Amino acid sequence: MGKARSAARGKASAAPAGALGSRARPNPNPFEVKVNRQKFQVLGRKTRHDVGLPGVSRARALQKRTQTLLKEYKERDKSNVFRDKRFGEYNSSISPEEKMMKRFALEQQRQHEKKSIYNLNEDEELTHYGQSLADIEKHNDIVDSDSDTEGRGALSAELTATHFGGGSGPVPGKATQQPSGGEEPPKSRRELIEELIARSKQEKRERQAQREDALELTEKLDQDWKEIQALLACKMPKSESGGGKEKPKPDAYDMMVRELGFEMKAQPSNRMKTEEELAREEQERLRRLEAERLRRMLGRDEDAHSKRPKHLSADDLNDGFVLDTDDRRLLSYKDGKMNVEEEPSGDSSGGESGEEEEEEGEGWSEGGPEDSDSPDGHSDLESDADSKDAHSADGLVGRESDADSVEVHAQLQGDQRPSPGERLPRDDQAAARAQLPYTFAVPESCEELKSLLSGKSMEDQLLVVERIQKCNHPSLAVGNKAKLGKLFGFLLEYIGDLAVSDPPDLGVIDKLVVPLYNLCQMFPESASDAVKFVLRDAMHEMEGTVETTGRAAFPGLDVLIYLKIAGMLFPTSDFWHPVITPALLCLSQLLTKCPVRSLQDAVKGLFVCCVFLDYVALSQRFIPELINFLAGILHMATPNKQSQGYTLVHPFRALGKNSELLLVSDEEDMATWQRRSLPLQWAGGLKAQTETEANHTRLSCLAVCLALVRRCVLAYGALPSFHDIARPLRALLTEHLATRCCPPTLQELSRSVLTEMENQPRHYRPLVCEKSKPVPLKLFTPRLVKVLEFGRKQGSTREEQERRRLIHKHKREFKGAVREIRKDNQFLARMRLSEIMERDAERKRKVKQLFNSLATQEGEWKALKRKKFKK
Amino acid sequence: MTAGTGRDVSGAPGGGATGLVCPAWGGGMEGDAGPGDARRALGHLVEAVLASRGEANAVFDILAVLQSEDQEEIQEAVHACSRLFGALLARGELFVGQLPSEEMVLTGSRGATRKYKIWMRHRYQSCCNRLGELLAHPSFQVKELALSTLMKFVQLEGEHPLEKPKWEGNYLFPHQLFMLVVGGLLSPEEDRSLLLSQFREYLEHDDIRYHTMQAASNTVARTTNGRPEVPLTFWNNAFMLLSSVSLPRQESTLSSFYVKHTELSDKWKVVHLKEHRKAFQQMWLHFLKHQLPLCVCKKVLVIMHDSILPHLAQPSLMIDFLTRAYDIGGAVSLLALNGLFILIHKHNLEYPDFYRKLYGLLDPSVFHVKYRARFFHLADLFLSSSHLPAYLVAAFTKRLARLALTAPPEALLMVLPFICNLLRRHPACRVLMHRPRGPELDADPYDPTEEDPAQSRALESSLWELQALQQHYHPEVSKAASAINQALSVPEVSIAPLLEVTAFEIFERDLKKKGPGSVPLEFIPARGLLGRREDLCAQHFTLS
Repeated sequence: MGKARSAARGKASAAPAGALGSRARPNPNPFEVKVNRQKFQVLGRKTRHDVGLPGVSRARALQKRTQTLLKEYKERDKSNVFRDKRFGEYNSSISPEEKMMKRFALEQQRQHEKKSIYNLNEDEELTHYGQSLADIEKHNDIVDSDSDTEGRGALSAELTATHFGGGSGPVPGKATQQPSGGEEPPKSRRELIEELIARSKQEKRERQAQREDALELTEKLDQDWKEIQALLACKMPKSESGGGKEKPKPDAYDMMVRELGFEMKAQPSNRMKTEEELAREEQERLRRLEAERLRRMLGRDEDAHSKRPKHLSADDLNDGFVLDTDDRRLLSYKDGKMNVEEEPSGDSSGGESGEEEEEEGEGWSEGGPEDSDSPDGHSDLESDADSKDAHSADGLVGRESDADSVEVHAQLQGDQRPSPGERLPRDDQAAARAQLPYTFAVPESCEELKSLLSGKSMEDQLLVVERIQKCNHPSLAVGNKAKLGKLFGFLLEYIGDLAVSDPPDLGVIDKLVVPLYNLCQMFPESASDAVKFVLRDAMHEMEGTVETTGRAAFPGLDVLIYLKIAGMLFPTSDFWHPVITPALLCLSQLLTKCPVRSLQDAVKGLFVCCVFLDYVALSQRFIPELINFLAGILHMATPNKQSQGYTLVHPFRALGKNSELLLVSDEEDMATWQRRSLPLQWAGGLKAQTETEANHTRLSCLAVCLALVRRCVLAYGALPSFHDIARPLRALLTEHLATRCCPPTLQELSRSVLTEMENQPRHYRPLVCEKSKPVPLKLFTPRLVKVLEFGRKQGSTREEQERRRLIHKHKREFKGAVREIRKDNQFLARMRLSEIMERDAERKRKVKQLFNSLATQEGEWKALKRKKFKK
Repeated sequence: MTAGTGRDVSGAPGGGATGLVCPAWGGGMEGDAGPGDARRALGHLVEAVLASRGEANAVFDILAVLQSEDQEEIQEAVHACSRLFGALLARGELFVGQLPSEEMVLTGSRGATRKYKIWMRHRYQSCCNRLGELLAHPSFQVKELALSTLMKFVQLEGEHPLEKPKWEGNYLFPHQLFMLVVGGLLSPEEDRSLLLSQFREYLEHDDIRYHTMQAASNTVARTTNGRPEVPLTFWNNAFMLLSSVSLPRQESTLSSFYVKHTELSDKWKVVHLKEHRKAFQQMWLHFLKHQLPLCVCKKVLVIMHDSILPHLAQPSLMIDFLTRAYDIGGAVSLLALNGLFILIHKHNLEYPDFYRKLYGLLDPSVFHVKYRARFFHLADLFLSSSHLPAYLVAAFTKRLARLALTAPPEALLMVLPFICNLLRRHPACRVLMHRPRGPELDADPYDPTEEDPAQSRALESSLWELQALQQHYHPEVSKAASAINQALSVPEVSIAPLLEVTAFEIFERDLKKKGPGSVPLEFIPARGLLGRREDLCAQHFTLS
């Protein structure tokens, strides 16, 4: 009844606004309208109950009750139930269409059931293709002859002739037939008809076959057209219309036009950029990337710029390929003009093309093949077209006349394509690589990759990796992306194996870094996962030994190389980076947990320091462990230690068996020593050295250490407490200088470092906190709240408001329900009362009637008696 | 019976056995082939001895096998001895009371039974001695067996005491035998940790524990007495034994006895926890009064606060040891802090210059030692008082900040909130991070070499170190250090969860953390392993 009420309310509230539309009752009885008078007008308040039509709504409620409740009440003692037996009426799993179908079937079935088995006449109606056979019989021939063309008219005439007995003279067809089969015994009518039927059927079949052929041909033509459409489209605007006509004989002029058209196609779609433009673009790109890097380094607004540099997209490939959707448009026409846009790769691959050019400039070993590879970033589809052009340039006629040949060409190209690097092999290279297959599957495991690469020369290994990459380019097949993603991990593992082999094959690693970088650019996620995995492995191993012994040995060269590679693949200056931050911690652990026990350890430690400083080269971040480590190394190289002014921390000890590891044992070796770079191989395994060589190594280590100290001084000079940081280093250096136990170059170096240290500014400005907003005092002035919407509870959270709203609604509904129930009961009671009254009245009436009749009887009887008395 | 005399174990005159000749079993052991035979032969011998006193001389044969080289034979013999003397003890066939010397008895004219008993008691004695020696046997199985046999004897002897009770209900315990056991366990030559862990299960019994404490302090006194240099293994063994003694926490009737008694008397010392405490204290004091090696000292200090101090009758007696340890310096001092703290906190110990010494303990190695978490937990406790003078807190803050310049990231993550907490507790120290209108200085007024925090002029300084650490390479450290840029929020940060953080945990956390969006990549293409020309690696390293 709520609905009724609300409807009534809606009408009532509309009434005073003058909107007595046709919807509302046009002219309510003014005696039915009840108006709640308002004492004051409040602006903005919605009044909902000012006018009502109680009589109308009550009547409506009563009506509804009589229709529902009363009916129920009256049927309360009846056990008969109305049952809905419509098929699937309450089954929601069947769709309405299905329902209808089923119902129809059931109906049909019911019809087909014979009412009585004796009723033979009633037969079901036979149909063919949904049409009643009776109908078809009526005008089947008309339909047939209409649809058929003139060739079949004869047959139908024949047919009719035979059907109708052919009594009215010889039919031409029959006349010709009869003489030819003169010797044969005349066929019976039945045979003739069968023959006719067979013939017509055969014809019908033939007609169908013909039609199918035509369709097929059309389709094929369409397909062929589509394939060459691309070529025609960019050739010239009119080729489309002229294509059909020129087919037979292309003259010289046409050929010329075609050639010109093709030439135009072969050109890149926009002009070559000048050197300055290229340089400017490159500069622009680098500037943008640098800005991005800086933003990440400072760790500001991490997610403000969710847009990553476009070249990082996983689909974007370093080798100049761009996914095809855009390029396809590039090849199309637009109202008669070639749809030339900006360079297809545009912003998105500008970086790559620039890089590639750099690579070429640097004399990348695969320069030749790279050149022939489409450098301006075409899709493979386009490159297909490219090659087709190349092929058709000499044999235009053949290609044009035969659409299939184009397809063959395309297939040929497709077969050759997987080895793009080999299209223009230099002669000497071709000889060298003759034995290498052109295509490689992506290895499924690291062992597979190892077996592919092992035993090959450096160039061959690189070539194999490159070919794997090219043959399984993500744009070639669906699964390639995942496969190549795994390749990064395998390559990394392979590099680790190379690093721990004896002697470490650093040359190959050096070269493999480039494909690794390229793969990383293609698949950042899988690359970061792979690097994280190897780092976790290394740390896990170290953690195990640290747990048991409290210290660990320096890990093998592979871990160091992984760390170095991680720094090259990912931006090391980020404030936080998913790979670099753990790598930094790993480096820190190497410096704090691994004591230096041998010269090899010293070399490793110094390499770690170098990597660490390279990591923070841009961000200039502070590394306490590094300072400690350098101090420790200096301590090892200082002869008589007073240990004044500095304390060594964990992995180093002031006194102990390794505390003089880097001391030069022979004075003469100092003179012969020359400053050289340390070979990284020594970190892998230091061969047994003579005493002189060992001394030279010590001096080299010391030189590197001093250089690193110098670098630290330069980097951290600006830190506010630099002098406190550098205090142990300074103490050690002065001590070191005082002993004069090293070659003059090193003394010079340490002296310069010391002076540099002294020259750093000593500014100690007292710290001041940033001003923060003062907390307001609590006051007693009333709190003023802006009321934005009337009738809504203010000053709470959204959830609280929602909850309150729900509670309120529930309360209202509850009250409404109680009221309704009460009214129902009243209604029922009224009904019951009226029933009883009715029943009583009936009884009274009947009693009265009885009395009446009795009285009449009595009266009659008395009258009779009286009559008797009278007699 | 020459064979019997020749094999006499204890060296007691074997001639004494002549009175009890048993020729039938004289050479019974010579023809032994395997352990099965040996077992059977020994079993026969044992049964014979137990069956009749006349066969008593067979004991010599059993004892002779105890001397054997073969491990399995020894084990058999030990089993046999255990059965034999166990039965004898239970039957009361051993002499009770002060044992007279053998010759005296044999020459004397007493009853044959008494002679037999005394003689058998002597054999028992020599058997026990031999078992004590076997505790040093190279094979662990033999050691274990010897130990369990000895403990079985202890139990039986406790039930059937071999000395006369002086009065009714006198508590008797085989002290001598038990001393033998404990003495065997505390070997100065060999690490007995395995055997000691076996022995630990006996220590659950109250009486054994009580007597172990007594025996241990006796043994320690005896071993160290007159010896200038006590080997490290002895200290380790002793520590192992002492640390495995753990008293029950609350007063309850001590009733789980190893030696079964029909009824427990209230007069016995062994049933009172107070007496146990006294013994416990005696034991540790006797142990700790010696010049302990550093590693043992550390071990003691590690368990000091929760397994030694609460059980002492008079914990303040530990003060000598603790102050001595605190003065040693380094990690030992850090560990001694814990015990000292309990004494100061719960037992009203007045320790002069406590904070000065604590200040002295702060050196760069404090972030690298194993006990870092414990130390900082205590330091946090010591510095939690809000009544400390500002100069002291400032000195501590400044010193910690200075040390943070050499700390690894995991320590920094803990010490930076620590410093901030100190500044929160002591508003007077906020000048360290906020000094408006201060003059620019040429040098840090704080003197790191000054030992007295009052003289260090820390209050005139500022926390420039933390400002430097804002440039730390690890993002979380950098963020933690940046906390001083703003005025500190009021509630303190709990450092408890940060105390135990290891670098490996931080590493794992960083690995698991996912950044928004894709992984940023380096845009400068890689050329080779050593990187670009200006990179340090390329400058200082070559590939070949």
